[in-house]
Amino acid sequence: MSDIILEARHINKEFHDPVTVHVLTDITFTIQKGEFTSVIGKSGSGKSTLLYILSTMDTDYTGELLIDNVPMTGKTDADLARIRNEKIGFVFQFHYLLNEFTVLRNVMLPGIKLNKHSEEEVAHRAMERLKMLDIGHLAEKSAYKISGGEKQRVAIARALINDPQIIMGDEPTGNLDTKNSDLVFDIFKDLTVAHNQTLLIVTHDQSFAENTGRVIEMEDGKIIRQ
Amino acid sequence: MNARLIIGIAKSLLLARWRQTLVAAVGVTFSIAMFITLLSFMNGLNDLLDGLILNRTPHVRLYNEIKPSENQPVNMAPAFKNSYNFIRSVKAGTIRQEIYNSGPIMQAVEADDRVLGVAPKLTTQVFYNEGSIDITGVINGIDVEAESRLFHFQDYVTAGKAIDVKNVANSIILGKGLADILVAHVGDVVQVTTAQGERFSLKVVGYFQLGIQEIDKVQSYASISTTQKLLGKPANYLTDIQVKLKDLNQAPAVAKEYSRLFSADAEDIQTANSQFETGSNIRTMISYAVGVTLLIVAGFGIFNILNMMIYEKMDSIAILKATGFAGQDVNMIFLIIALSIGFFGGMVGLLLGFGFSVIIDHIPFITPALPTIKTFPVNYSPVFYMIGGSFSLITTYLAGFFPARKASRVDPVEIIRGK
Repeated sequence: MSDIILEARHINKEFHDPVTVHVLTDITFTIQKGEFTSVIGKSGSGKSTLLYILSTMDTDYTGELLIDNVPMTGKTDADLARIRNEKIGFVFQFHYLLNEFTVLRNVMLPGIKLNKHSEEEVAHRAMERLKMLDIGHLAEKSAYKISGGEKQRVAIARALINDPQIIMGDEPTGNLDTKNSDLVFDIFKDLTVAHNQTLLIVTHDQSFAENTGRVIEMEDGKIIRQ
Repeated sequence: MNARLIIGIAKSLLLARWRQTLVAAVGVTFSIAMFITLLSFMNGLNDLLDGLILNRTPHVRLYNEIKPSENQPVNMAPAFKNSYNFIRSVKAGTIRQEIYNSGPIMQAVEADDRVLGVAPKLTTQVFYNEGSIDITGVINGIDVEAESRLFHFQDYVTAGKAIDVKNVANSIILGKGLADILVAHVGDVVQVTTAQGERFSLKVVGYFQLGIQEIDKVQSYASISTTQKLLGKPANYLTDIQVKLKDLNQAPAVAKEYSRLFSADAEDIQTANSQFETGSNIRTMISYAVGVTLLIVAGFGIFNILNMMIYEKMDSIAILKATGFAGQDVNMIFLIIALSIGFFGGMVGLLLGFGFSVIIDHIPFITPALPTIKTFPVNYSPVFYMIGGSFSLITTYLAGFFPARKASRVDPVEIIRGK
């Protein structure tokens, strides 16, 4: 069909402490560009574990992972950090903004780290994204002085700063009230529709999942429906 | 770009907890300041104490020692060359204390590149006659100008003028302790009897005070010609040639060389005053030990604060790593934090240490034993500042090393999933 952004081939993961538990069994799937995918499943079904493997932060697994058709296995810590920086945007349940910095600076950090554009340009791009998410007026505020919903939107802006291939979310609406989670969902929807952005969101919110383009359901470390 | 970003993050983390940062930096500042002050003061004191003796001591002294000949005639006789000769009751021969060829030797030594200057000297034992009492003493015949230039003679003349001993005929500068015993004031005349039994009247033109009682009670100074007159010796009669070198450390080698060259005995300053060096070394060692201890304590302070900061900033570390900062970058951030505490704390410490040294330098320290000293002695050697500066960086680096490594190994998955 279209370009494959992410491909998982036979991914297995076991915890050995204290007894061997098979967390993920033979996970194989692909994500195409522009897909809005959600992963649902009960607590302990391995969906978050899978997400962290796909995000390259967890390297303790067997099987193959390809992002943008490049295999991730056997890469060094620094290489993986670079790939995360360039190709993956993250939104977590908790916003993880750095309180020492302003909102704008928080959004800019991954951009400056990527070192593709000059600092002024990164600032300009960050401002664009904040405005797109309707929070341009918060740019100069300290990160700890804004509300929870606003923080999550800043986190989304931060995820977008480097035009990532894919945005991964771990329960991004889990800590928000209905109004704010609807807002965040609308932003995600808008990103796929208007900007052809690829999204992979882990959630246990059934209604959230139902409205996404594709649902992967997991149980006991296996994909039972996709 | 990357370096600037990392420095920027480090700076923000530092300033966000500026109180803790300040406490850590003050710890370094205090220890560096104390380190500098302690070493400057201790070394100033060392220099003073060493100077008491070393300033007045020639680096190499040429003289003739009265001792039995090492080459007894029987050893030189060819008939006994291969036998082991036992000689009993060897006595010192009639060796003159005079240095042979003193004039040419002085010229040769003066021409040596390593030599700063030469001062001749003539030492003789005398009795000072105070009524019916005779007090033993020593008269040093000196060349006042050379002696002042090379051995700071004039600094120790506390009353009268040093140069008068040359300008006034038959004059003497008495040791302060001796003058007190003789109740001799400047301008008075004292009677001396030489070992040969000759009596002389000498005019007191000044007091000499080294600050060491045993010396001040015995020694007195006259011009060379006056002393030669006392002894009834000709104008080329000298018992010592004192040499001051440009580099004190060359003394043993030069002494050995001169001894061979001029066939006289030569003593170097290190042999003559080894006990002073030992004392100085131990004092220096103690001050370094105290200084380093202070720095290590400050290092532990930094270690603690960084450790706390890392626990506090776990989330930030996790998100930095998630958004593309490698472990190396995080490591750098915390090392920069540690090193900047060390750098700025250390810089202020150096300035403060200099300030303390200046203050100590201005505290009056007047003691009758040390006439040339008016304030506490301080040594402003830049070496202490360099050592202090580099130590502050080294200690803070070590203090930051383990926390930084810990931060770089934070697993973002554990932190983020834990929420």
